[in-house]
Amino acid sequence: MEATVTHTDGICDNKRALLDEIITANRERPGALMVVLNETQNKVGYVSEPMQVYIARKMRVPVGAVHGVVTFYSFFTTQPRGKHTMKFCMGTACYVGGVPQLMEKAKQLTGIEMGQTTSDGQLTMELCRCVGACSQAPVVTVDEEVIGRIKPTKFPQLIKKLLEG
Amino acid sequence: MAFYRSHVLISVDPECLSRGAHEVLDALNDELIVQGLNDEVQVLETSRIGDPYRLGPDMLVYPENVHYANLSVDDIPYLVEEHFLKGRVVEKFRASEKAIADEELGAPKPKEVRVVLRNCGKIDPHNIEDYIAEDGYQALARVITAMKPEQVIDEVMQSGLRGRGGAGFPAAKKWQLCRQVPDNPKYLTCNADEGDPGAFMNRRVLESDPHSVVEGMIIAAYAIGARMGYIYCRAEYPIAVQNLNIAISQAREFGFLGENIFGSGFSFELEVRMGAGAFVCGEETALIASIEGKRGEPRPRPPFPAVKGVWGKPTNNNNVETYAVVPQIILNGANWYASMGTEKSKGTKTFAIAGDVIHTGLIEVPFGITLREVIFEVGGGIKDGKKFKAIQTGGPMGGCLVEEHLDLPLDYEALTAAGSMMGSGGLIIMDDETCMVDMARFFMEFTQDESCGKCTPCRVGTRRLLEIHEKICAGNGEPGDLELLEDLCSEIMKNSLCGLGQGAPNPVVSMMKHFRAEYEAHIFEKKCPAKVCRALICYEIQPPVCTGCTVCSRNCPVEAISGERRQAHQIDAAKCIRCGICAQVCNFNAISVLS
Repeated sequence: MEATVTHTDGICDNKRALLDEIITANRERPGALMVVLNETQNKVGYVSEPMQVYIARKMRVPVGAVHGVVTFYSFFTTQPRGKHTMKFCMGTACYVGGVPQLMEKAKQLTGIEMGQTTSDGQLTMELCRCVGACSQAPVVTVDEEVIGRIKPTKFPQLIKKLLEG
Repeated sequence: MAFYRSHVLISVDPECLSRGAHEVLDALNDELIVQGLNDEVQVLETSRIGDPYRLGPDMLVYPENVHYANLSVDDIPYLVEEHFLKGRVVEKFRASEKAIADEELGAPKPKEVRVVLRNCGKIDPHNIEDYIAEDGYQALARVITAMKPEQVIDEVMQSGLRGRGGAGFPAAKKWQLCRQVPDNPKYLTCNADEGDPGAFMNRRVLESDPHSVVEGMIIAAYAIGARMGYIYCRAEYPIAVQNLNIAISQAREFGFLGENIFGSGFSFELEVRMGAGAFVCGEETALIASIEGKRGEPRPRPPFPAVKGVWGKPTNNNNVETYAVVPQIILNGANWYASMGTEKSKGTKTFAIAGDVIHTGLIEVPFGITLREVIFEVGGGIKDGKKFKAIQTGGPMGGCLVEEHLDLPLDYEALTAAGSMMGSGGLIIMDDETCMVDMARFFMEFTQDESCGKCTPCRVGTRRLLEIHEKICAGNGEPGDLELLEDLCSEIMKNSLCGLGQGAPNPVVSMMKHFRAEYEAHIFEKKCPAKVCRALICYEIQPPVCTGCTVCSRNCPVEAISGERRQAHQIDAAKCIRCGICAQVCNFNAISVLS
């Protein structure tokens, strides 16, 4: 990891460069704020409060408007996620198909609640809305991967793998 | 376009790539050249085919539809020689389980008619030429070179096509309204924010046949006079977003999008906008706010989007499926489309079947088919020989239907009359081990969480509904709760701003109507007849059946199960959190649930 310089506004240089790049590429598009925030969430991984202030100043919109949008949509997070993110699908088919039981097991194995990250920064666990893979219920997603038809007996191995590497 | 006798779809899913899919792909291409087959066999890269964790790298070979799995570079020369040179399927490389794509869609089942799904799984979604070979963009050419916008609207009007987003408003009427508004520029939006849990029809169309949506939108734009369109796709569908972007840039390259399409003077541009995980953005005014880069909060209508939509300009908003079917109507004629379906609901509809049926997945059937046919013929009946209890249609804003409704013809009017709705097309089938009070609680948890908070009846009302349900499920229900629920439901429905709030009480109303006895059992007898609500049940191990295999005690999350190996085990009721994992993992059915 290369050394990063942190300015008084709390954003390190390489994140600032990334933000500048995203804003410059999209600021002329109508309705750019959602696009910029989506890109920021994807590329930086989260949209912290200092970043919201920075985006607002650069795009010449009120900080309140940026904060309002960030907190409205569940995809935007204000804190960094862990190395891996496991999302538990809470669609109807998955709810009936056993995701609540998997969550119970996951909480026991990791010692964290939904929405939290393990202290070593390895794994974040979250609930999510239907991912549209209902015919494979119960489903969890790990980062971008959809993993379906999870058997309760095989599930602990998956969690352990994520906690280790 | 070159003609190939065989097509190979190889999965380049990230997990497959990490298992060497690229090396296998290169080896395959090299080997085809070595054996002189590269002009006869086409190799295409595709998204995942089977479960990449168990089967990757894997590939599908057409027209035989053979799925080869766990391939390595060393397997390729033999595979190419046997399969492509000698025409023999190599059994030892065949996948041990069904392909995911197959499971979701598969071959058409009896009574299915595929119009929207016709190309899914058959063409390469990344290749516009594949779509063109299936008559793609022919309808667009006809519309732009030989039809006036009014004629297009007339044709779609005659077909009887109704909006597939759920409300069922005649599509052509909407177009006409938007066209007649004397304000410019006009915009087109496509609602690809398929948020209903249990519905994934649009995802499949966007991923597997994105050009059909693009073509439908260009035709609609021509009919309305729009110059700019947005496809609003939910962030949970990254592959759909990717494939749409590829499709749009290819269409632009081929001159179907951009300035002066087909030299007609008509210009149209299209852009994909991503949502960010807000269910309410499926509501058209909220969707428009989100496209504008704001919080996705709905606003009162009128003015309708046809008058004031994106940036205050006239906007036509339709669902993915509505746009995808338009080119087919133009190509085959309004009469062909109107010949399918019932008197007021024409054509076909895609449904996603999920829940406790044998064949879950996607189907497309003409309107008018009965629920019984859908569940027991197309869906194969209830899983594990259990009994049918209820079917939820229309997603979390819909209602549940029971045995007595099974012979209703499936169309917009019949479902509404029965107290449910068509919605976007998710069907969730529940067997007799489902607790309806718990299901109602689940739906309220969803709507409460997804309520945007703008209007009070929905924000506070859904929370109160959830709290009362939680209380009942926890065994603390009181006399008077049912009356309170009824009262709340009617107030929320009458006073909410948008469809989310107005529809939110629907599941509760229909479940109380059809399963009142179950509510009463929870409240007055403190029993859960379906044995689901945790506070009202306990788990017990039957000593004669238990073999002492220890699988339950090893899987128990709270170490509530004790016992020696090969001796009957016991559950400590004080420690047990009633998660049900033990009963799930027990191989001998030794664990029973008591209410």
